[in-house]
Amino acid sequence: MRRWRAAGWGAVGILVLAAAWELYKLLGPAQGLVVGAEGSELLLLPRTHDRAMPHLWEMGARLLAPTSGGDTPPLIVTVAGAAVTTLGTAAVGWLLGVLVGGLLAMLMQRSRLAELGLLPWIVVSQTVPLIAFAPVVNSIGTQLERGGGVWPQWFSVAVIASYLAFFPVAIGLLQGLRSPDAIHRDLMRSYAAGYWQTLIRLRLPAAVPHLLPALRLAAANAVLGAVVAEVSIGLRGGIGRMLIQLAGQASSDPAAPWGPTFGAIALGLVAAGSVALMALGLRNYRRGEETA
Amino acid sequence: MEHGRADAVHAVEASGVGKVFAGRSGEVVALTDVDLTVRAGEFVSLIGPSGCGKSTLLRLIADLDGASSGALTVFGKPAHQARLDQDYGIAFQQAGLLPWRTVAENIALPLELHRVGKEQRRARVAELAELVHLGDFVDRHPDQLSGGMQQRVAIARALAASPKLLLMDEPFGALDEMTREYLQSELTRIAAETGAAVVFVTHSIPEAVFLSDRVVVMSPRPGRITDIVEMPFAGERDEALRESPAYFERVTAVREALHGAPVERANER
Ligand SMILES: Nc1ncnc2c1ncn2[C@@H]1O[C@H](COP(=O)(O)OP(=O)(O)OP(=O)(O)O)[C@@H](O)[C@H]1O
Ligand SMILES: [Mg+2]
Repeated sequence: MRRWRAAGWGAVGILVLAAAWELYKLLGPAQGLVVGAEGSELLLLPRTHDRAMPHLWEMGARLLAPTSGGDTPPLIVTVAGAAVTTLGTAAVGWLLGVLVGGLLAMLMQRSRLAELGLLPWIVVSQTVPLIAFAPVVNSIGTQLERGGGVWPQWFSVAVIASYLAFFPVAIGLLQGLRSPDAIHRDLMRSYAAGYWQTLIRLRLPAAVPHLLPALRLAAANAVLGAVVAEVSIGLRGGIGRMLIQLAGQASSDPAAPWGPTFGAIALGLVAAGSVALMALGLRNYRRGEETA
Repeated sequence: MEHGRADAVHAVEASGVGKVFAGRSGEVVALTDVDLTVRAGEFVSLIGPSGCGKSTLLRLIADLDGASSGALTVFGKPAHQARLDQDYGIAFQQAGLLPWRTVAENIALPLELHRVGKEQRRARVAELAELVHLGDFVDRHPDQLSGGMQQRVAIARALAASPKLLLMDEPFGALDEMTREYLQSELTRIAAETGAAVVFVTHSIPEAVFLSDRVVVMSPRPGRITDIVEMPFAGERDEALRESPAYFERVTAVREALHGAPVERANER
């Protein structure tokens, strides 16, 4: 019942968004609202002519039309292919991020010193702009490759995605590992349970309610990171590169860039949905504390 | 000879035990000079005003905290060794069940941690669930149980490794009077059936009198033992006892011992 209602509201939200788009296109000024003198004008309202804002049905029709004329496959097929490629890269990045974030969290929970030494850097790491960071990873990868290592370019993208993904996991899991009550810790001590036993029987299960939102955030971050990294490294085959390519042709084919845009959105939904599916399997760990 | 010694060994032996907590605003003397012997199979209650160190004493016996001074042995060994050997089971005011585990899995936790085989574990859990009358609920989760049932699961869990000493810190404190009296009767039965010694912290004089062989009366600032009152009710702890004059006489005795302590209750807290 609750689930249906949530889905209903989701659908309403999409319809409202679509209606707003078409309504503004209908009523808004074709050249937008511009103030100021020639050369220093300021665009207050966006343009609504067909090149700036294609109709929704044009976007839809474009998805079914050939990607680049002739008998190339429909755009939607190309988009789907690119999305799957990016999803794979993002998934590797997510896994890497979860692994690194998880290890950092366990280290920080174990040792106060590790927390003091690591936590500030972990927070600072997220303020480094991805655009600055991506080329560095790429050039390190290229150098490793030249030095005889195996480092395909897509792996650079995955590493960059993991850079965004590890953060929520490290913070969320640390909080989760700290969440057991004193009574549970005392109990484990009374059983003479060691660190690993306490970790596996108490801390990790107790961390699940904190971990799941972190994993979802990490999935969204990994997708975002993968798309941005593809663009800034210039990796072919993924949805990021495709978006840039089609945006470049927007003046002649304005509906086309919307294909990969929708593809990227779908990608995020699939990533978040996979984590939600995982959460379903961990239901038992999300039971409320016992009512006394 | 081995056997004879095991019988003679006391469950708990404390002499001159003290505990000082180093707080931010100076030191807190939680316990001084505690001398206490709990014989094997004996039921001893600790009673006294809030802050007199009952929980602290229990935690020292359990080796959840270390004593600052004095000698403390559990079954003739240092408390630390007794904890490693799983010589005691413990239960607190909150049941402290793991919410993601079923009743059976909660009871099995101490056994799992000590690598008891699966078959043996299952048999023991079934036995314990029967002992606390929760045989039909083994597959439930804690959030599907009442507070009293949760507390019974916690007691079963404390008994899982068949300890010869049971440590309980106000285990019935959060329960209503009816459930409380019911669980008191259950506990006397369980203690008799298992032959375990019990150290039981409570705020309730009638509860202490009903359950115990001896009631240890404590007093705060600094926390210490001021009196030990004997209960002569061995083997007759049933509902009739709660109505008998001998019982009321003992309740009065404990109350006087409590109030006789050189502390005005009005000053407490
Ligand atoms: N971890 C601790 N750090 C500092 N002081 C403590 C700590 N634990 C207990 N104390 C102090 O030791 C004294 C005894 O506390 P304790 O919890 O043993 O009392 P209690 O008799 O169990 O009280 P209650 O009946 O309220 O449970 C109190 O003054 C308390 O403030
Ligand atoms: Mg207490």
